[in-house]
Amino acid sequence: MSRLTTALAAPALLFALWWLSAAQGWLPEQLLPAPAAVWDALAETAASGDLQADILISLQRVGAGFALGALGGLAFGGAIGLSRTLRQLFDPLFLLLAQVPPLAWIPLVILAVGIDEAMKVTVIAWASFVPVVLGVAQGIRDVPAPLRELGRALTFSPWDLVSRIVFPAAVPAIFTGLREGLANAWQTLVAAELFASSEGLGYLISLGRQLFQLDLVLAMVLVLGIVGLSVNSALALVERRLLRWQAQAA
Amino acid sequence: MNAPARPILLGLLVPVLLIGLWQAIAAAHLVAPYILPSPAAVLARFGDELDGGTFGSDVWASLTRALVGFAIGAPAGIGFGLLLGLSRLAGRLFGPLFLAYRQVALFAWVPLLSMWFGGGEAGKLAFIAMAAFAPATVNTWRGAAAVPAPYRELSRALTLGRLDHLRLVALPSALPGVLTGLRSALIHAWLATVGAELFLDIAPGLGGRLNEGRDKFEVDLMIVALTVLATLGLGFSQLAAAAERRSIRWRRR
Repeated sequence: MSRLTTALAAPALLFALWWLSAAQGWLPEQLLPAPAAVWDALAETAASGDLQADILISLQRVGAGFALGALGGLAFGGAIGLSRTLRQLFDPLFLLLAQVPPLAWIPLVILAVGIDEAMKVTVIAWASFVPVVLGVAQGIRDVPAPLRELGRALTFSPWDLVSRIVFPAAVPAIFTGLREGLANAWQTLVAAELFASSEGLGYLISLGRQLFQLDLVLAMVLVLGIVGLSVNSALALVERRLLRWQAQAA
Repeated sequence: MNAPARPILLGLLVPVLLIGLWQAIAAAHLVAPYILPSPAAVLARFGDELDGGTFGSDVWASLTRALVGFAIGAPAGIGFGLLLGLSRLAGRLFGPLFLAYRQVALFAWVPLLSMWFGGGEAGKLAFIAMAAFAPATVNTWRGAAAVPAPYRELSRALTLGRLDHLRLVALPSALPGVLTGLRSALIHAWLATVGAELFLDIAPGLGGRLNEGRDKFEVDLMIVALTVLATLGLGFSQLAAAAERRSIRWRRR
């Protein structure tokens, strides 16, 4: 048996079991709808255009929040990574705030900026900001000292030292932070949309729950998995591109 | 100023300045107190909650919830991870399915779980257990799959039986992965506890108090709850870091 057939065996078996259970009525439909019903729910939201519109809205929210959080995280992480004084000033406060689960800020943020887009973007931005800061600061601190010395020996200006030596050497750690930040952004988006939203994939899931349409809920779980996978793969692709020089050097 | 005191003092400088600014804003009545209560008011609220309120039992409820969910999800994840890592067939059969499952955002399961288990305690625990399960599985799997080849050859050379190989070689070399998994599972269980309390039926717990603060527009209560959450989170990560340090010491030995 090839690798692929083995990999597909378990999902196929699970699907067959699901289909059989639905056909035989082992579980009530409110607990486990038939595969066909889930497919219909998916086709229906896609045909009405709701699905595409909601995917787009969710992606926009993640994009805006992640962009803000990542840029802020690069700046702040870079600052506390490069300057010891800044790190000593701001690190303790940042670490304390980072201990609060990002979701827990939602109720307070709702009071501060309302329940609309600003709330979602703020919470997503914060959720992606934290791991980016940690990754950038750590990456910069871990740049091998001989590399820095080399730069000084070559009498690089501080700007050249950062842009030609410190930053490229820190890129892998920065990407670890970015990847984690994107994953957090995605998680937080779903949570924020479940909590308070009238559009987006998270909203479609909570709508399915309110209407007791488990087929819609399951269909959207599936869509979330696929969209999440695509977003992660896109970032992995960018990462491979940017890190190609390292693979070549190694 | 002596050298070790400097970082601590600098670290306190910014929070102290911010609290001073906050107090000044409150004292000058620049912002209505119901939007930004003064630090003194928040402190007083904290005292009230501790004195006559339910805060102690809320913290206790959240902590036990997190630990019970962790105690269900993490061992299950370790068991599944060992199966995936130690049996090549199981890894090939269920590994891809598990990786596909991991792509779905955790919170997407909340509505489904609340329909299956209800929005009460059972639904919350199911969600927390699920949150702890995935990181425990991934890290254990990684640890168990990475038994160094020389070790495997050694155990073949010594003609160890399957059980002895498992006991003497495979499990000890999977242990660091298991410990990393437990640490990550603990952090995820805590995150999921707060999420479950925010999203599912209102019950005693810190997440419930946050929702209460929003519904009643009591910012002082929310700041108190968030501060306690930060402190508990700090405790959890200190605990996890200490466990990790122990595991590294074990590895060096």
